[in-house]
Amino acid sequence: MADMTSTLSGPRGPKPRKVLSRNNIMIYGSLIVVSLYYLLPLWVMVMTSLKGMPEIRMGNIFAPPVEITFEPWVKAWSEACTGLNCDGLSRGFWNSVRITVPSVVVSIAIASVNGYALANWRFRGADVFFTILIFGAFIPYQVMLYPIVILLREMGLYGSLTGLVIVHSVFGMPILTLLFRNYFTSLPEELFKAARVDGAGFWRIYFQIMLPMSLPIFVVAMILQVTGIWNDFLFGVIYTKPDLYPMTVQLNNIVNSVQGVKEYNVNMAATLLTGLVPLAIYFISGKLFVRGIAAGAVKG
Amino acid sequence: MTTLRTLLTATSALCWLSTAHATELEVTHWWTSGGEAAAVAELAKAFDSKTEHSWKDGAIAGSGNTARPVMISRITGGDPMAATQFNHGRQAEELVEAGLMRDLTEIAAAEGWKDIVNPPSLLDACTLDGKIYCAPINIHSWQWLWLSDAAYKTAGVPVPTNWSEFVAAAPALTEAGIVPMAMGQQGWQQKGAFDVLMIALLPNDIYLKVYDEKDAEVAAGPDVAKIFEAVDQARSMAANSNVQDWNQATNMLITGKAGGQIMGDWAQGEFAVAGKVAGTDYHCLPGLGEKNVLTTGGDAFYFPVLDDPDQTAAQGELAALMLSPEVQVAFNLKKGSLPVRGDVDLSSANDCMQKGLAVLKSAEPLPGGDQLITQDTTRQIEDLMVEFFADTSLTAAAAQERFAEIIGDAD
Amino acid sequence: MAASRPNRLFRNLTAKIAAIPMILTALVVFVGGTLWTVVYSFTGSKMLPKLKFVGLDQYERLWDTRRWMVSIENLLIYGICMLVFSFVIGFILAALMDQKIRFESTFRTIILYPYALSFIVTGLVWQWVLNPEFGIQHILRSLGWESFTFDPLYNADIAIYGVLIAGLWQGTGLIMVLMLAGLRGIDQEIWKASRVDGIPAWKTYVFIVIPMMRPVFITTLVLVAAAIVKVYDLIVAQTGGGPGIATEMPAKYVYDYMFGGQNLGQGFAASTMMLLAVIIVVIPWAYMEFGSKNRG
Repeated sequence: MADMTSTLSGPRGPKPRKVLSRNNIMIYGSLIVVSLYYLLPLWVMVMTSLKGMPEIRMGNIFAPPVEITFEPWVKAWSEACTGLNCDGLSRGFWNSVRITVPSVVVSIAIASVNGYALANWRFRGADVFFTILIFGAFIPYQVMLYPIVILLREMGLYGSLTGLVIVHSVFGMPILTLLFRNYFTSLPEELFKAARVDGAGFWRIYFQIMLPMSLPIFVVAMILQVTGIWNDFLFGVIYTKPDLYPMTVQLNNIVNSVQGVKEYNVNMAATLLTGLVPLAIYFISGKLFVRGIAAGAVKG
Repeated sequence: MTTLRTLLTATSALCWLSTAHATELEVTHWWTSGGEAAAVAELAKAFDSKTEHSWKDGAIAGSGNTARPVMISRITGGDPMAATQFNHGRQAEELVEAGLMRDLTEIAAAEGWKDIVNPPSLLDACTLDGKIYCAPINIHSWQWLWLSDAAYKTAGVPVPTNWSEFVAAAPALTEAGIVPMAMGQQGWQQKGAFDVLMIALLPNDIYLKVYDEKDAEVAAGPDVAKIFEAVDQARSMAANSNVQDWNQATNMLITGKAGGQIMGDWAQGEFAVAGKVAGTDYHCLPGLGEKNVLTTGGDAFYFPVLDDPDQTAAQGELAALMLSPEVQVAFNLKKGSLPVRGDVDLSSANDCMQKGLAVLKSAEPLPGGDQLITQDTTRQIEDLMVEFFADTSLTAAAAQERFAEIIGDAD
Repeated sequence: MAASRPNRLFRNLTAKIAAIPMILTALVVFVGGTLWTVVYSFTGSKMLPKLKFVGLDQYERLWDTRRWMVSIENLLIYGICMLVFSFVIGFILAALMDQKIRFESTFRTIILYPYALSFIVTGLVWQWVLNPEFGIQHILRSLGWESFTFDPLYNADIAIYGVLIAGLWQGTGLIMVLMLAGLRGIDQEIWKASRVDGIPAWKTYVFIVIPMMRPVFITTLVLVAAAIVKVYDLIVAQTGGGPGIATEMPAKYVYDYMFGGQNLGQGFAASTMMLLAVIIVVIPWAYMEFGSKNRG
């Protein structure tokens, strides 16, 4: 136990002096092993996407390619066929952008106002609605597909971009509202009270006091929503039409339209291409994400 | 073919009394394998060149079970496509009843579908209360056993000529390291093979008693028990077939890794795309070589009701075009299916299609499963078969008992 | 007094107006949609919803179906394992990260990145890695370990654990980040005090730090549990429910029967059962979490 004690001597403890102490070996050792587990699939995807089909058939999926080819990437992006359309993922990319940008903006705007109202302007019944909302987070999407088809049809929005933006806002609302509510609750109440004494109203406090202090949680919300909406397949295919099909629908089409043999390299390249946008966002904003999560999730 | 074109233009003018403006028709379907896509291309090419309209392809990959929810949602959501594929029969029944599908009776009358569609049962499957709601485009039959010559050559046994020889040859194949029977691990394929065995190994009236009259006693009886034993054999022959998609399974035959596969005539499209020749590279046995029988299910196009008169007119032209002799030949040669009209020249068809045509001419046509049982019942049988093929502890007798229950509950 | 009253009313009104989207979503979509689903679960609706009531027929059939029972069993195994493993692994990783290590952000990014990928991608990649002909088994065998067998996706008894490996890979990163955030929120004085008292670090974690992190655990629980109940894409992409029906899940049953089987009534009945299970879990929690706060 003595070892353990000194190993876990607290997060802000002094840095261990020896670089190669037993503790360090243990900590870094386990982290490196874990990292290998997490990196393995990415490695496999990248390597496979750079190989030709004959090399893949020979076997080792972990080995780097003997002959690097970018053919699969080109094919996935602009040549792979679904039915008669042989333009790969390229068409879906811009559709995904067209869907993701407004959906992210609208859903975050709504959820942040919700969270703010729940945290600072509690009105009667607010908690009831909030509980229903949280409950909504658990409802399988499949249950809601049909009622929403009917709702959208009645509103005349079925198949339109607006309809899809509404659907994404509705399903993003539970978790985002929870995060925003927690974050705004954690802000010092004195600020809010002082502003009210000064006669500031709902929107003025929101825009002038709350928003400037909320960058971290907005980053978290943005990351969660960009990832979620970009990766969405079900809503994209059910509530829109082919002109608007997001990239994931085309990915599914490419992966599932087997013509002859499965072209694993093209599939992997297509998969990586589809994942590039959310991946890039994660790699760029990693630190802010952790800080924001800390603020949104920790204070209950 | 200018006459055809004039005829078509005349037809649409007659029916709709309006000059149709060029428009784009969105057509949804789930034909995405190599042979299927080539067949769709023929349809699109014909539509683009023979009419002033253009074909907008709306392929949705991943078989009918992925595509149908999308199609149904769009039709009920009030944003329908201009035309959509279904397997005709009971899949679109309720959409027709709800008035969401266009009545094609006038077009059918003008084009004389009643006289040209053969066998007539195809058109019956499109008909509800005396009105025609869909355009049958091909006849697909499930009852084929495909055999890889290469595999049997490697194993040193002659290519079987019927199901019992196929079963008898299995050990030799296993010894040579070849999977005796290729089978994709998806419910619809396993259920399909089960139905085929029932049709090919039993008299027609038993099949009809089970699927048409939903007689649970027959389903639990000794005749059907034989089928479950045959499926049990199929299960052990396909034990090492680890693929998912049907065309991957077909590919095992093409590459000589598997001996045979029970699959519909669309498998032929895959052989064709791979450049294989019927009779030398592969063999096909309609009715599993046991019985002169093929069911006449197939694909049909439905046309949802649209508001736009131009689109509506173009729908009519597309429907008429689909049954025109030229399109029938071009499409079906690529798809590996049989044309819906008996009066077209198919001399360019290969060995297997000729066999199919011969069976169709000589045998009594039998309705396919899609026409007799609902999707719901189909799904239940699929679940049972998926479980049966994966779980060797489930005995043939126990599976039959559950099958009889499903049939008893079916409507 | 007279001036402030309408003012307050007006301000409350703004908050209420601002909350209209939330109220509408809660009432129309979640409550309305749920009620609609429950009502139609008592009907014999096939492809289109129809108010043709059939009593409890759909439920009787549901509980008589082996695939549904297998689905429930799988959800329980997957859910419990997922909760336990993701919490334990997530917490240990967070504790390791919290040791003032070098390259923290690198390690964190590596562990978090799978969360950016969809379940479809996750399922495909792991299907590939676990494939006995190409993946881990093949590699270890070709390295000389001939008898090595690891093919979870082809063995019905353990297939669900193959899915679990992929699910953990995708989800643990987020949990690690949440836990790390929680650890960073712990007051330094506590560590100092426990060190002064000579309490071993593991004891400090178990008895002092973890209880203090309750809010983090609750947020995490909501996120993880909601994802578990809804698991669908992962199964579709990785196993398709197979081999056989060994990895079927309730959400997939709902989807398959609603759309594939064109039996809406059956799908609605299955989803109503799922809702019921969620209600049993969520309502007591919501009551404790928000009910007590109101009174306090």
